[in-house]
Amino acid sequence: MSTASHPADAGDTDGAAAAGTPNAPATRRLPLAGRLAPVLSRLGTTLLSVGLFCGIWEILWALDIADPKLLPPPHIFLGSFPEQAKFFNTAQRWQIGVGLNTGPSPQGAVLITILASGARVLVGLLIAAVLSIAIGVAIRYFAAVEKLTLPTITLLSPVSPIAWLPVAIFLFGIGNAPAIFMVVIALFFHMVLATIAQIDGVSRNLINVARTMGASKRQIYGRVIVPAILPGMLMVLRLNLFGAWMVVLVAESTGVGYGLGQVIMLARNTFNPSLVFFTIALIGLLGFLSDWVLRLLQKKLLYWVPQTAGVLRGL
Amino acid sequence: MASRSTKPFSSRDAVVCRGVGKTWSAGTDRAHVALRDVDLDVAPGEFIVLLGPSGCGKSTLLYLIAGLEDTSDGEIWAFGDRVATPSPDRSLIFQETSLFPWLTVWQNVSFGLSIRGEPAAARKEAARQALQRVGLVEAMDKRPDELSGGMRQRVAVARALAMRPKVLLMDEPFAALDVQTRAKMQDFLLDVWRDSEASVLFVTHHIDEAVALADRVVIFTARPGRIKTIVPIDMPRPRDPFSAQSEALRKELTELMRAEVDRAFAEQEAV
Repeated sequence: MSTASHPADAGDTDGAAAAGTPNAPATRRLPLAGRLAPVLSRLGTTLLSVGLFCGIWEILWALDIADPKLLPPPHIFLGSFPEQAKFFNTAQRWQIGVGLNTGPSPQGAVLITILASGARVLVGLLIAAVLSIAIGVAIRYFAAVEKLTLPTITLLSPVSPIAWLPVAIFLFGIGNAPAIFMVVIALFFHMVLATIAQIDGVSRNLINVARTMGASKRQIYGRVIVPAILPGMLMVLRLNLFGAWMVVLVAESTGVGYGLGQVIMLARNTFNPSLVFFTIALIGLLGFLSDWVLRLLQKKLLYWVPQTAGVLRGL
Repeated sequence: MASRSTKPFSSRDAVVCRGVGKTWSAGTDRAHVALRDVDLDVAPGEFIVLLGPSGCGKSTLLYLIAGLEDTSDGEIWAFGDRVATPSPDRSLIFQETSLFPWLTVWQNVSFGLSIRGEPAAARKEAARQALQRVGLVEAMDKRPDELSGGMRQRVAVARALAMRPKVLLMDEPFAALDVQTRAKMQDFLLDVWRDSEASVLFVTHHIDEAVALADRVVIFTARPGRIKTIVPIDMPRPRDPFSAQSEALRKELTELMRAEVDRAFAEQEAV
């Protein structure tokens, strides 16, 4: 019986082996520490990278090159958190007859704002993913759907999402709906084209296996093509996640109650650089975290896709 | 020229090819003839090896018999029925891994049964039996990427066997394996073939493989692929690869192949 191991195996166990080789018994006694070590080291490099950037900024400030009124360094815009946080109460502070200090606490307002923007991104992303995968599959399944929709989709796909903003307002007015619509429209066309490309890339062998087993066209699509394109689609989703975060800010600037886009608009209109940078830092952090969540999801859902990053770097 | 058989065929013949030809990209300026005038009769339970230089159309013939591609000329019959579409009666095993990476080993093996809508319990049992025949029952719940190349090809064989095919089509199934594993797989295939009573059409360009396996070796000419000659091998199995008879046979097949390989090379250089 042959027991030759496949490179993919090596890739799967690579992390554990790297962490465990010097003191294998110790990691067996402390499995949590063994698993935590690579996470901590990755966190360390992230902090180092961010620290380097902030450090240069702080030095420029200390040398009086960066004007704190225009480019306040991190210790200033992050240090005044409670002061900045009270601007996040964007939903109620403009209402007539409502005092400045009513409504949620400043910290609460920051949380609500983050959740509101995050929810718009998530809902938009989900709708765009479901719609575009469905349409993409339908385009390859039915020739008529391709002839009727693909030219229009290809025509509209280079249009900047900003151009859709007035359309969003015409259609949905002001509120959550246009913001979500903007996210969907920004992702939909690209994701349809990506779905088609993914379908065309499915291994002929897998399709032929299903054919020789007597699978119908519907079964081939449902059992072979859709599962086969999922890894690629999740990658496309990850790439578009950042796009979704960019678009949601623009959409929220039109007025949505709570929203990071609202805060940016407020900061711009009141000339508050500290608030601008504070919000930028927040958005960066959120984008980073949501990408991380999607990566975790990718590992969990697509357990069969080998992890090749380490292998490629070792070349 | 092929020895054109004029024997009338009956529904007892496993596979019958009559004047089969295939032209790729027909009607365009890139059209090229892959296969021409192929006449071949395969008896039930017969082990046929298709041998020829690469690009001679022997894989094309398998795809045509599987029903995955349409013939340009001629007709193919399987057990008295005209081949027009793929059928579970004719299982094809590919050179590269063709297991579904998102399914476990047993789900892969029972994929064809799930297409027929059989209940999970019955499928799992059928998968267990098929895996038993290839000696991989313990690997039932593993994923394809946890298996070695040889094990994966055995799973592919089990998947084909689970459909109880009457014809097993194998397209250089062991080409990606190392020499030692390949020898093991050949023995294993002969065992499986004896149990299953299926006819096997096995494509390879390894003369050793043909000597070890075949009842008859069908030798193809270089492009366009035609049957040059058919060499019957009347040797009991298991065959000793170092016996005088094997040696003589290897020499004969090598001689027959050499002219075609030379021609294939000359043609490639001309292009």
